[in-house]
Amino acid sequence: MTKLKTHMGRRAFIKNTSLASGGLVLGFSILNSCKSEQAKEMAVREMPKEWFEMNSYLKIGDNGVVTIYTPNPEFGQNIRTSMPMLVAEELDVDWKNVLVEQAPYHADKYGFQFTGGSRGISARWEPLRMAGATARQMLIAAAAETWQVPKEEITAEAGVLQHAATKKSAGYGEMASVAATLTVPEEVQLKEVKDFKLVSRSQKNVDAKSIVTGRPLFGMDIQEEGMLIAMIEHPPAFGLTLKSVDGEAAKAMPGIKDVVTIKSFKDGYEKGGFDTNAFPELVAIVGNSTWEVMQAKKKLKVEWQPITAYSETIAGFGGKQTINIPAGLESTTTHKSQMEALAAKPGKVVRKDGNPEVAFKNATTILERSYSAPFLAHNNMEPLNAFAHVAGEKAKIAAPIQIPSLIIPTIASSLGIPKENIEMDLPRMGGGFGRKAYAHFVVEAALISQKVNAPIKLVYSREDDMTNGIYRPTYHATYRAAFDENKNLTALHVKAGGVPESPLFANRFPAGAIDNYMAEEWTIDSNISIGAFRAPRSNFMAGAEQAFLDEVAETMGKDAIQFRLDLLKRAKENPVGERNDYDADRYAGVLELVREKSAWKENDTTKHRGVSAYFCHNSYAAHVLDLKMENGKPVVEKVVCAIDCGVVVNPDAATNMAEGAITDGIGNAFYGELTFQDGVPQKNNFHQYQMIRMNDAPKEIDVHFVQNEIDPTGMGEPPFPPVFGAVANALYKATGQRHYEQPFVTGNQIVG
Amino acid sequence: MAIFNLNINGSEHSVDVDSNTPMLWVLRDHIKLVGTKYGCGIAQCGACTVHLGDNAVRSCQLPVSAVGEQKITTIEGLSEHGDHPVQNAWLEIDVPQCGYCQAGQIMSASALLKRNPNPSDEEIESAMNGNICRCGTYTRIKKAIKTAASSENV
Repeated sequence: MTKLKTHMGRRAFIKNTSLASGGLVLGFSILNSCKSEQAKEMAVREMPKEWFEMNSYLKIGDNGVVTIYTPNPEFGQNIRTSMPMLVAEELDVDWKNVLVEQAPYHADKYGFQFTGGSRGISARWEPLRMAGATARQMLIAAAAETWQVPKEEITAEAGVLQHAATKKSAGYGEMASVAATLTVPEEVQLKEVKDFKLVSRSQKNVDAKSIVTGRPLFGMDIQEEGMLIAMIEHPPAFGLTLKSVDGEAAKAMPGIKDVVTIKSFKDGYEKGGFDTNAFPELVAIVGNSTWEVMQAKKKLKVEWQPITAYSETIAGFGGKQTINIPAGLESTTTHKSQMEALAAKPGKVVRKDGNPEVAFKNATTILERSYSAPFLAHNNMEPLNAFAHVAGEKAKIAAPIQIPSLIIPTIASSLGIPKENIEMDLPRMGGGFGRKAYAHFVVEAALISQKVNAPIKLVYSREDDMTNGIYRPTYHATYRAAFDENKNLTALHVKAGGVPESPLFANRFPAGAIDNYMAEEWTIDSNISIGAFRAPRSNFMAGAEQAFLDEVAETMGKDAIQFRLDLLKRAKENPVGERNDYDADRYAGVLELVREKSAWKENDTTKHRGVSAYFCHNSYAAHVLDLKMENGKPVVEKVVCAIDCGVVVNPDAATNMAEGAITDGIGNAFYGELTFQDGVPQKNNFHQYQMIRMNDAPKEIDVHFVQNEIDPTGMGEPPFPPVFGAVANALYKATGQRHYEQPFVTGNQIVG
Repeated sequence: MAIFNLNINGSEHSVDVDSNTPMLWVLRDHIKLVGTKYGCGIAQCGACTVHLGDNAVRSCQLPVSAVGEQKITTIEGLSEHGDHPVQNAWLEIDVPQCGYCQAGQIMSASALLKRNPNPSDEEIESAMNGNICRCGTYTRIKKAIKTAASSENV
């Protein structure tokens, strides 16, 4: 039995008595106008006359309806269903009596409202269950007090409190008014996994009805009284900044209110790790409607000038770090030659086990292969946008972003108002994938609103979104393996780098499984802005590593899965080094499961199959991908996937996410690429940037989870990185050619 | 600017806009029907798909002046109670992830089933290839279309 001290999340239990009788947690809510279909349907049935707030995560109506505030922003991973499930499980309430509302940004009440790093469920696993369990205990105490019976004799199940001996019974709603006045218990007991009634059972997406009926849910959908539309004009190339603007012609266009310039940071402001912004000085144009602003934007006359090189200190998650931003206009061809040059030189040694130099010197055979991947744009279907209404010292904001707390200090500094004066709602994001962790566009919206003294919605065009990216960097990795005369693997060497960051994870598999191992890295400074993209760095390293291991296995004449299992056995029984960051058993577990579920056979010549497995975000994922060539084009017939992410809270939703990750991975492996010429992104919309479409999606995806009772680990990212390796390995089987440079498919006509 | 009288989801709407204004923005900014989404503005992603008569069209490329008497149906008007067979199938299969593209997907799918109640896999792929789903829900979309096709009254 897990017993938890409630002080862990004590602030979540601070009640604001003025809120006790219903309505919204904060007075302000843009999303109030976006009432969900779920709430509408519930309203038809019955809504309570009075609400009683049990803690910041839930309130109970006098009729037993429960509202659960889901703390983290939603970007498609379906935490608006799975997080409330955790609360409801421990509260022991009938799921159909639960209403879900999106919590606004409020650090004291909701902790770190962070959507990213696949940490949502794992970070909320205990606090949300505790919120439910605490309320349940308070309801039991209220019944005990009301009925004058010992609380140990009271049961609470499916929203009903009962005392068997006296045959007394009451719904949660009847006891909520008393329970809400009681002291929060010092300690709560959480359920055992085996006792779950809701968690680990698939529940439908609570927002599905709103989505399929077109209800306003997204940041882009916000409409407020008096709201104007704003768009920005950013430099056409990385390495340029604003020189001057002549906005007269644009201002003369119909519906246009103003043309202003904004500066995103106050001089000397110390940026955080998510303040990334290549274009801090912008032109903004404001008008009545989106189409009018789009037309007028074409009339802006802007002069740009080259930036000068600079260094800046960033206070990120891992402490302060100095980065160098060079001047100049960068091109992909130059990046490629720079990367190849550095790959040929010694890098910075990050890990060394045994004596790899000697092993390579004594090797009978050496296998050396280099892998590369281009910059990628996130291309969320919902372009960047944010609503802001700055009035005097106060700001009301609604922002579809992943990490609200980390942009608040920047907004406060740039506006020159106290942080406490900023209220922020968190509308649904139409995709995120890391891009919406970097919320410069919210600062821009706030500054524009302040300048024009009106509520505005900042809308990025697709072209703005694609060419003002915080891109996945371009990477390069060289792997070398040494073999003795009996084709035993004696050493492994990886050297990886990128523009401007290294993708290396020195302590990941196969580190720990090989006596002589060396990992090196290098970087090349750049003024192109980069950041997190679904499973940062892993999304390249997994592909390179797993494609290389496939060739190593082939060289040794071993089965691709058995070879990996043999290495993992070694890593488990007699690990090399002490910093290996994976659990060899769980790693092997997904390979064994995918081998079984895909009916994998050694030397199978009936299919073109590629296997790949990877560990990241504390979870394990393995894929077997079957592919065939049709008219010179790869067609993915089937992907079988095995994942170990601990307890799966909402299995069908997790399956959906794995299917999406697999499809996303295939799309990016086949087509994903953004190139630069003199600082200019060479693609600006979907006629140039090829995205995976239905005809390229796998014909079948079969997802399996390892069943265990381990606390949940990451789910959104882990199934993504290994896809690249599975595609590469299956392509080899289908074509006889190894593929080393992403994207693997080029020269295709793009169909719109 | 000019006045346009439009039949949208069975109701008459009058808007005073520039004649080149795409229906996407007339719907979103002027009529406040925001279920139809902006994704690319160049008819490459399908997020803005609506029905013009019975046909699926990209509303970002449909100037308001080209609509005339033709009836427009948006996601909000596909069914009165959100229970069109395609919507029901989407709920049954629990298709959406982020959900942003799904209105466009549903409008393309419902137009397909109207003209071809029993499409093959290839016909589904061909009809749906103009709709991008960045989350990668294509396998579920296809399954939902087949589910809707097998239900009655499409």
